[in-house]
Amino acid sequence: MISMEKEKLKFAFYWAASCGGCEIAVLDIDEKILDVVAIADIVFWPVAMDIKYKDVEAMPDKYIDVCFFNGAIRTEEQEYMAKLLRKKSKVLLAFGSCAQLGGVPGLANVANRKEVFERAYLQSPSTNNPNSGTPKTSFKVPEGELKLPEFFDTVKTLDQTVDVDYYLPGCPPPSAQVAKAVEAIAKNELPPKGSVLAPVKSVCDECPRKKEDKKISKIYRVYEITPEPERCLLEQGIICMGPATRGGCETQCVSANMPCTGCGGPCPNEVEQGAAMMSALSSILGVGGERGPEYDAEKLVAQIKDPLGTFYKYSLPASLLKRRVIKE
Amino acid sequence: MTEFEPKIVGFLCNWCAYAGADLAGVSRIQYPPNIRIVRVMCSGRVDPVFILEAFRSGADGVLVAGCHLPSDCHYISGNFKAHRRIMMLKKLLLQFGIEPERLRIEWVSASEGDKFATVIKDMTEEIKKLGPSPLKVQVEGLIYG
Ligand code: SF4
Ligand code: SF4
Ligand code: SF4
Ligand code: FES
Repeated sequence: MISMEKEKLKFAFYWAASCGGCEIAVLDIDEKILDVVAIADIVFWPVAMDIKYKDVEAMPDKYIDVCFFNGAIRTEEQEYMAKLLRKKSKVLLAFGSCAQLGGVPGLANVANRKEVFERAYLQSPSTNNPNSGTPKTSFKVPEGELKLPEFFDTVKTLDQTVDVDYYLPGCPPPSAQVAKAVEAIAKNELPPKGSVLAPVKSVCDECPRKKEDKKISKIYRVYEITPEPERCLLEQGIICMGPATRGGCETQCVSANMPCTGCGGPCPNEVEQGAAMMSALSSILGVGGERGPEYDAEKLVAQIKDPLGTFYKYSLPASLLKRRVIKE
Repeated sequence: MTEFEPKIVGFLCNWCAYAGADLAGVSRIQYPPNIRIVRVMCSGRVDPVFILEAFRSGADGVLVAGCHLPSDCHYISGNFKAHRRIMMLKKLLLQFGIEPERLRIEWVSASEGDKFATVIKDMTEEIKKLGPSPLKVQVEGLIYG
């Protein structure tokens, strides 16, 4: 009997500098995972399958139809795998904020390798490291030489490393968007190369909260007040990244009475997320009181404790300046 | 070696600061040639992207100049917005390892040609003391290459 079944697609999943959350996000699509298995064979997935890098090396070029790559690039090994998977895949998809923008691991770009090692291996209060050892790329032991991949000074995004076809934003990407992307792949209906697979609107556009009075004078950190549940958080003085963040998450955080921290990445056509948020915030901060005797721009701005960490929480490596200056 | 000549990008609003710079010119007031002027309609039009991009492209300093606070802005409150934006960016630059003094906001009216010249002299001096932008050194190095 001739099989009528269409040849199955081949999917790969890989994690680089990531937290593992993106792997969970794949499973979070629940019963839709069966649709994935119905249309595709998973040929590489280190978190779930026993398969070695050499098995990938042995694959013909473009053997994999779609590679879902999560995590940023911070070591030599991750860079190698990004290049290898690029070669072996027809479509390479940056999955999640770490791959798309550098993500939370990208915040390490406020430091360099030396500082990261000192903090992680020497200074952190939970560390007991009597010989003050830090990772080396090679180390001699009686049995021979041990090698570790190099740890870079700077975290990079996936597309600063290799050519990327699609981006699925979010930390991790919301399951509805993952399911949509899989559907588009199955139906061969992917948008033009380079597209971000998320709606063309901001988190604010999707947000049901009431926006009335676009001005604030006092900024609160989340633990300092209990916000009203129906009014815009930004108007209540909590820095909410909604205006500078691409939607698609159904305002998950805002619905839980927490501000958007920006994991959806920049809005369509924005050069970078941090600049867009600074622009938005400076347009409402202090408005109304400007001609009053108490007005003090510096004091207003001083309320923002950590502009870099707030405005670039997920996108520092993808920002215009990319990292803190490295002092020689 | 020749003395370090800073490159300063100046965003000047059409209605006050640019007119002030123009007056400095027609009055033949001497000031250092280190500034490259970009005319914008209002200081409030200066997007943070412009400033970050200027630094990324190798500027040693960036000046934003507009109409005097509180009431001179042609668009009522663009100067206030610009002021807050620059204050925010100064805090941000510090976190990026760039001296906040490299970014300045000044108020110059159309009749203040002499003030414009003083601002440029002063800023050029200050940046000469700071030396080349540390970012420029980095840009030429590993990560943007
Ligand atoms: S995008 Fe978020 S969930 Fe995914 S790996 Fe990065 S930190 Fe984890
Ligand atoms: S700023 Fe935040 S709370 Fe306000 S409308 Fe936008 S997403 Fe909603
Ligand atoms: S509300 Fe913001 S931080 Fe939360 S999931 Fe959506 S985009 Fe991400
Ligand atoms: S028009 Fe000069 S600052 Fe607005």
